[in-house]
Amino acid sequence: MTSATAAPGTRAPSAPAAGGNALAGTRTLIRFALRRDRIRLPVWILALFLSTLMTANSFRTLYSDPQDRANAVRSVDSPAGLAMSGPRHYLTDDGFGSILSHQMIGFTAVLVGLMSVLVITRHTRAEEETGRAELVRSAVVGRHAHLAAALSVAVLANLALALLLAVGLAGLGMEGVDTAGSLVYGFAHAAAGLVFAAVAAVTVQFTAHTRGASGMALAVIGVAYVLRAAGDSGTNDTLSWLSPIGWVQRSYPYVDDRWWPLLLSLLFAVACAAAGFRLSTRRDVGAGLRPQKPGSPTASAALTTPVGFALRLHRGMLAGFGTGLFLMGAMYGSILGDAEDMLAGIDEIEEALERIGGASVAESFASMVMVVLTVVAAVYVVMAALRPRSEETAGRAEPLLATGLSRSRWVGGHLAVAVGGGTVVLLLAGLGFGVAGAASTGDAGLVPDLTGAALAYAPALWVTVGAAAVLFGWFPRASQAAWIVPVYAFVVGYLGQILQFPDWMNNLSPFGHIPRLPAADMDWTPLLLLTLVAAALLWLGLTGFGRRDLETK
Amino acid sequence: MTKAITVSGLHKSFGRTHALDGLDLNVETGEVHGFLGPNGSGKSTSIRILLGLLRAGSGTARVLGRDPWTDSVNLHRRLAYVPGDVELWPGLTGGEAIDLLARLRGGLDGKRRAELIERFDLDPTKKGRAYSKGNRQKVAIVAALASDAELLLLDEPTAGLDPLMEVVFQDVIGEAKAAGKTVLLSSHILAQVEKLADRVSIIRLGRTVQSGTLAELRHLTRTTIEAETERPATGLAELSGVHDLRTVDEATGRVRFSVDGAQVGTAVRRLTEFGVRSLVSHPPTLEELMLRHYGDELAANGHGTGQGTDGEPR
Repeated sequence: MTSATAAPGTRAPSAPAAGGNALAGTRTLIRFALRRDRIRLPVWILALFLSTLMTANSFRTLYSDPQDRANAVRSVDSPAGLAMSGPRHYLTDDGFGSILSHQMIGFTAVLVGLMSVLVITRHTRAEEETGRAELVRSAVVGRHAHLAAALSVAVLANLALALLLAVGLAGLGMEGVDTAGSLVYGFAHAAAGLVFAAVAAVTVQFTAHTRGASGMALAVIGVAYVLRAAGDSGTNDTLSWLSPIGWVQRSYPYVDDRWWPLLLSLLFAVACAAAGFRLSTRRDVGAGLRPQKPGSPTASAALTTPVGFALRLHRGMLAGFGTGLFLMGAMYGSILGDAEDMLAGIDEIEEALERIGGASVAESFASMVMVVLTVVAAVYVVMAALRPRSEETAGRAEPLLATGLSRSRWVGGHLAVAVGGGTVVLLLAGLGFGVAGAASTGDAGLVPDLTGAALAYAPALWVTVGAAAVLFGWFPRASQAAWIVPVYAFVVGYLGQILQFPDWMNNLSPFGHIPRLPAADMDWTPLLLLTLVAAALLWLGLTGFGRRDLETK
Repeated sequence: MTKAITVSGLHKSFGRTHALDGLDLNVETGEVHGFLGPNGSGKSTSIRILLGLLRAGSGTARVLGRDPWTDSVNLHRRLAYVPGDVELWPGLTGGEAIDLLARLRGGLDGKRRAELIERFDLDPTKKGRAYSKGNRQKVAIVAALASDAELLLLDEPTAGLDPLMEVVFQDVIGEAKAAGKTVLLSSHILAQVEKLADRVSIIRLGRTVQSGTLAELRHLTRTTIEAETERPATGLAELSGVHDLRTVDEATGRVRFSVDGAQVGTAVRRLTEFGVRSLVSHPPTLEELMLRHYGDELAANGHGTGQGTDGEPR
């Protein structure tokens, strides 16, 4: 019989080596994740790489002679400058490499962290939340395969960025940008990315929701940034040593080329990742660490109004951003006193400040802090204003809009929370800044001054909401383009001050039109105009949504 | 009688796909209307146009005498909708979702809500995430029936419900009908439609292919007859409307054939001439009706239908 003769020749089924292996299937999942991210990750990596390279290259013309470099170094030697850049030690060296590391690492470390956090949440918690992980895990896939694959992808992405940066920067052939320093510079980014990837590996275990897991990890990045900003601008270095961003900045590429702070980051990352794996064994697939508690069997009267309902969906994020911004403001406020002391008596700087219209060092510092606080508030506002879009694509708008709730009242509820909530988080940021600032300088008048300065940015936030509403109403598939507003405001308001962008670039951002209180004088005209623009955009967005098909699953 | 829903010549395209291609649909007030068709035939698209969630390309649609696109909010106060794939808010309990949907519709009958939750055996304190597919469906069904809507638009409402709940659902819809409500029931469960619907519309590729009461539709199709006669029955094959005649058992002279609805009487009269010993007739099931319309589709997929498809276009 043919079957009998063929039997000895057939290969025995491969031994069930994967049977007890918690990592079975990891390689396949890595390849799968890389396939899914084949556009997203290269875009992130190239954008970070090219913007660094372009910044470095621009120094050639910006600081063409050594005197310019010396001036550039001196100009950031203020609490405000140091809060925006990095530790003061970089100022002992005025080479191109030192300036680049000082001005860029704090900023790019945040973005690398963001990229890494999103890689982890996308390939772990988002998979569980949508139920796809369940399907995959029912195959020959180990318990830890998803997290291991996500971490591997994060490692690969960060290594790729590190090597690109090292090769690219060394290849520029600029004075003071040597190969050894470029290697440290590149791997400082990888270290920052890995730390926050590992942090996300822990946060995805806590909550059953991707949004919550990303939010927690981003909050860690925010705290890390604020800690280093406070530590670097003040006299207390310990605060910076509590921050992973502070660690990588202290590798001092092109200045000291220290590798050991990066090792510290690596150890921290390994510890966090291990904690993530360990925590994941204590929960079910799809669940968080805390069991879900039963809730109310009936709805309160407030819940069934459009705004009340929207508020309920937004309240977690609103509370998170409100608390975060209050603390962030307070952190900056607490170093406001130092700012004054540190710079008192340095004539050159006082002259420079007079030129930009600031009455005092503290006031100009405060105006710069406002830019950072408002950009964070703008991030909240975009997330809130895009909520109707995610409700729509998730299929949750359909049953609501089949009731007596009109389209404009439904979107209106969400937009009202975005507009009102944005104003509230701004108020809290200003209040935190003002209260802590008043305490550190002993000037109680700062409380109303700084709160008012923050609130002056509200119309720009409303315009941001309006832009998101127009995209949602007319170009729903391009809704995510609303992120351009805060990103652009950040690049112009933050990097623009260092790289000296022309005025028209500043004017493109709604935030660029706000008077820079408290350093500058109040001017109501732009605020009124921005409010009108915001109202027009909101109206336009509502009209568009009323005319288009609802997107259904 | 006023019509609850009138649709004529409705077209709708999404880019290059024609979801609806001249759909007609008439639903009388107070009837349960079955809305049948295979996946992707345009049932959900039609219902979403009737809800004003999608805008009709061309053709007219009237719901309770009004235009669903321009008058959607007023209409929504008078109707209730159950989608086939209910999505709930992860942070809201089922009870909160029921209240939210029913109150936004314009009113909630607390007693009825409690009764429905009891009958459907639903735990209203669980959060949206924790519900299974069937339980999410129950939330939407309870929300739809707990408010006093005169028109119910149900888009495969029992997908994911277990057979016990299916029975409860049929009871509840029966009561709604008795209370004078109009129901448009899109469904794949033919037994459910056979049990509940007064009239059905069958659609295919975005177009209505048949519409009428079940009795009318049966009349249009063939009845299967199996008979045993004293003497061998002859001359049946010559009768018009008789198909697939064959002798099942030579010894007893048992024959089986299918006959067009209009010719049943003639065929039975002919049989009696030979002395009928036994006679069994099967009216076509809804499944057979459906297969008749989609038979060529099945054949194209490599399935013989075995249900009198003679390739005759209707």
